[in-house]
Amino acid sequence: MPTTEELQTIVAANNWTAVLPELLLGVLALALLMADAFWPRHRRVILRATMAAQGAVLAYAVVLFLRADPGVVHVYFAGSLVQTQATELMRIFFLASSLLVSHLGWVYLQNRSLPRTEFFHIVLVVTASLMLLVQAGNFVLFFVALETLTIGLFILVAFCRSSRFSLEAALKMLITGAFSSGLLLFGIVLLYGLAGNPLLPGTAEDPLNFAQLGAFLGATGAAGEVNAAQPLALIGAVLILVGVGFKIGAVPFQIWIPDVYQGAPTPVTALLAVASKAGGFFVLHVLLAGPLAPMWDTLFPALAVITALTLLFGNIAPLGQHNVKRLMGLSGVAHAGVLLLGLLAAHTVDWAFAAVLFYLCVYAIASFAVFEVMAHLSPEEDSDQDLTHYTGLMRRHPLLGGVLVIGVGSLAGIPPLAGFIAKALIFVAAFQAGLYALLVVALLGVVVSIYYYFGWMRAAVLREPLEEDPGDGRWYPQPVIAPVAKFVMVLLAVVTVVLGIYQAGLTEVVGLR
Amino acid sequence: MIETLPTLAFFGGLAEFLRGLEAGSPRVHTSMLLFGIFGPLAFAFALAISGKLEAGAVRVAALLGFLLPVVSAFWLWATYASMGLNGGYAFFVNTPTGLDAIGVSLFLGLNGISLPLYVMSAVIGLAAGLYAIHTNVERMRLYLILLLTMQGGLMGMFASIDLLFFFFFHEFALIPTFIMIAMWGRAARRTVAIELTIYLTLGAMLTLGGLVALAWMSGAEGFNLIALQLALVDAEHQNLIFGLLLIGFGILVSLFPFHSWAPRGYATAPAPAAMLHAGVLKKFGLYGLIQVAVPLLPEGMSAWAPLLMWLALGNIVIIGLVTLAQRDLKLMLGNASVMHMGYAFLGVFAFSAAGVGGAVFMMIAHGLSVALLFLLADSIERRCGTSDLRDLGGLGQSAPVLMAFFVAAIMASIGLPGFANFWGELAIFAALWQSASPWVLVPALSGIVISAIYGMRAVSSVFFGEAREDYRGGDLRGLEKAGAVLLLGALLVLGFWPRLFSDDVNAAVGNLYPAEPPVAEQFLAEE
Repeated sequence: MPTTEELQTIVAANNWTAVLPELLLGVLALALLMADAFWPRHRRVILRATMAAQGAVLAYAVVLFLRADPGVVHVYFAGSLVQTQATELMRIFFLASSLLVSHLGWVYLQNRSLPRTEFFHIVLVVTASLMLLVQAGNFVLFFVALETLTIGLFILVAFCRSSRFSLEAALKMLITGAFSSGLLLFGIVLLYGLAGNPLLPGTAEDPLNFAQLGAFLGATGAAGEVNAAQPLALIGAVLILVGVGFKIGAVPFQIWIPDVYQGAPTPVTALLAVASKAGGFFVLHVLLAGPLAPMWDTLFPALAVITALTLLFGNIAPLGQHNVKRLMGLSGVAHAGVLLLGLLAAHTVDWAFAAVLFYLCVYAIASFAVFEVMAHLSPEEDSDQDLTHYTGLMRRHPLLGGVLVIGVGSLAGIPPLAGFIAKALIFVAAFQAGLYALLVVALLGVVVSIYYYFGWMRAAVLREPLEEDPGDGRWYPQPVIAPVAKFVMVLLAVVTVVLGIYQAGLTEVVGLR
Repeated sequence: MIETLPTLAFFGGLAEFLRGLEAGSPRVHTSMLLFGIFGPLAFAFALAISGKLEAGAVRVAALLGFLLPVVSAFWLWATYASMGLNGGYAFFVNTPTGLDAIGVSLFLGLNGISLPLYVMSAVIGLAAGLYAIHTNVERMRLYLILLLTMQGGLMGMFASIDLLFFFFFHEFALIPTFIMIAMWGRAARRTVAIELTIYLTLGAMLTLGGLVALAWMSGAEGFNLIALQLALVDAEHQNLIFGLLLIGFGILVSLFPFHSWAPRGYATAPAPAAMLHAGVLKKFGLYGLIQVAVPLLPEGMSAWAPLLMWLALGNIVIIGLVTLAQRDLKLMLGNASVMHMGYAFLGVFAFSAAGVGGAVFMMIAHGLSVALLFLLADSIERRCGTSDLRDLGGLGQSAPVLMAFFVAAIMASIGLPGFANFWGELAIFAALWQSASPWVLVPALSGIVISAIYGMRAVSSVFFGEAREDYRGGDLRGLEKAGAVLLLGALLVLGFWPRLFSDDVNAAVGNLYPAEPPVAEQFLAEE
């Protein structure tokens, strides 16, 4: 137990302004609920004000990012909170995602009799927990933030209470999520017990702290025994990685993805596909480069196999897929494979993690472009989004068609769109790291992925729209596009094209130089 | 200096003027280069966002978009001739785009090999554009937007010194081809489009892998071709990288046995797309071999040379025989274009300045002649409603001009004197004779006989014999004639005056390749 003086110094070192954006989001989330309870008639105004306030927090996060010095690490709250320039970037990433998800929710909830305020509220909470998750410096904050995120996502996935797909998805996510959280916690406890064992060399005072745990695992005893080689350490590390593997949807922990992506409301699918996955990758990097780094040589073969399987599964499974939400989920597994490849390369190539961040940003922009289109075309039963709904989209709605083609093309990695450069960066990094076999798998995956992405574009561009309702469910909804939505879609599409040719702005931001 | 005199005389005062301009403000020329690449793209973009436009306005805008590269190409060509660079690079544009971490920047420029190809692609692009404007397809605006995008990509491809942008511009031009085949192709267009997409993406990925390997294993740590020329890859890795590039480029150039996408693809594609793809885009692979892979990886080349020779002979003899068996005019031309790639590969195989120079000249001549043939074949199909050789006949009576053009194009592709193709083939054959395995000439020459047989058979079955009644459209006219005149004119000018290009090509190739081919034991040790 620390003495009172020690506690006082710890409290004095707590810098609450360091978490001001997260606090603001929390306050905003609560204020939203209160305001809605008092003035339910002005709900639209309140929700608009919430989005504006979110924009203000985003602007503040941008300022924080610009003021952050590269290479400087700030540690607050007795090691719970670690802030670097990269975590500042992720704050911007999550806030921007949150704004876009809120916008998607606005579009999506327009014609549905579902609660609105709660949706915005939970999105805010989830975003704050994501922002804390990437800054976690010990397993306590890590786990708390992760669970807040997961529970928020359960609610959001089940948001369409009347849809059995939505409920089924939430149930599946609840079971796999609880399972993976259990494994994660078990792994954390094993490492905690091991690192706190005074009989082992380099016992950690605070075994849950990432830095101390890393130092412990890297320590070597007088007799030459290595802590990293302890069987318990190995089991603990593997269990933690399995828990994170569920979040990012790496094979074989991807089983929940297709059903949950399909059943969840489209904005939530976007949140899962972009923000939640990006958070998972960031913490995976934090773990692999931090506490688990001493075990790299042991873990690498398993990670390499997982990467190869993820790339293969992610590119083969969507081949026969007709439901576009499942398609996004399954092809998202392929993207997870490419990102894993980048993370593996990051161990030896110093700029590879910046390439991963670049990929995440490009992937997010393209995905949101696609999800915007999907939200506008979503039929009454949201889970039932078939490829046939996109038939002749280019003719019916040139804007939606064009944005879809650019978004899907970027996801497929077709030049001159940003996705190509992002993939090329990861591939060059993987090549430099000497991961030749995985690179071959990834390149083959690109070839295969053309097929299913091409099928989607073909439906939208090449087929003629149906003239009248054939009565077999192939008839498509007629979207109404608000000016704001038009602006957002055009912006996302233009950024995707420009980043394909001129990347200087983004490469500087992610630290690729 | 005497070597360049005829060219100088040709441009006369213009060259002097340009030289003065160069001294005064050198940026004029580099902006001309950017103009040629981004001009068509700007027009494509303008057409895409222009909203409702009259059909006539769309056509005029597209035509302007196709004229820009021609202006740029001839301007740069004339300037280059006045600079006396001995085949070296000129007109540098180097803009960092934010990928400095992997040694990539938008680095453009032209040398004695790429400049003629740049000019060629501008000319073929204009001809394809004229023909596209002439044909009245549905959704004309999208059609022209895609063609203009393709044209911009093609110009950028030859002007890139940075290898990643070289690849990037190639893909830029390739994607519209897929869409055009899928939307405006003949029967079974969707199947063919997806087959082509996957096959060529595979080739492109192999190429990308090879280029990345080349860039990083050389120690130059970047994609800058000029820096790579000074670096050296160790022998063991050279074999691997050259293998990747040979197969990747081979797929893209339809090297036997990776050619199966080509004939069906060209037969199915709408004519302007086929003209640009077979005429220009396909040369990406050969250009990559000549400018990048072979000079930078000589050890790899010598290890793979025997295989390359057999595959090239496969192109000439086996595909030649396959071409003989074709009954559809467009399929025949598709196969013929695959077959003639074999000569260019043999020129590379000869590994001497003469052989590679011949291969470059062959690429230019083949591009012009195959584009002309696809244009004419499409004109024939539009007039007769079919391209099945058994159902055609007697078209010569109602379309004598079309017949004259077609006969000339066939003669050019056979390689008769007076056409540009002759000089390319002659140089390749001369280089092969000097090379370590002169016997290769025998099957190579037999290819000429094969070409003559199928060419003449096509002429006789299309234009002679009994005329059918339902031909419509009369003779070649308007813009389609303009396109054909442009291409045939270029073939004839180069046929009578090859030095317009050959001086530059020879100078550039001489910098990269030995004048004499290597001797037998050194080169064909495996045999």
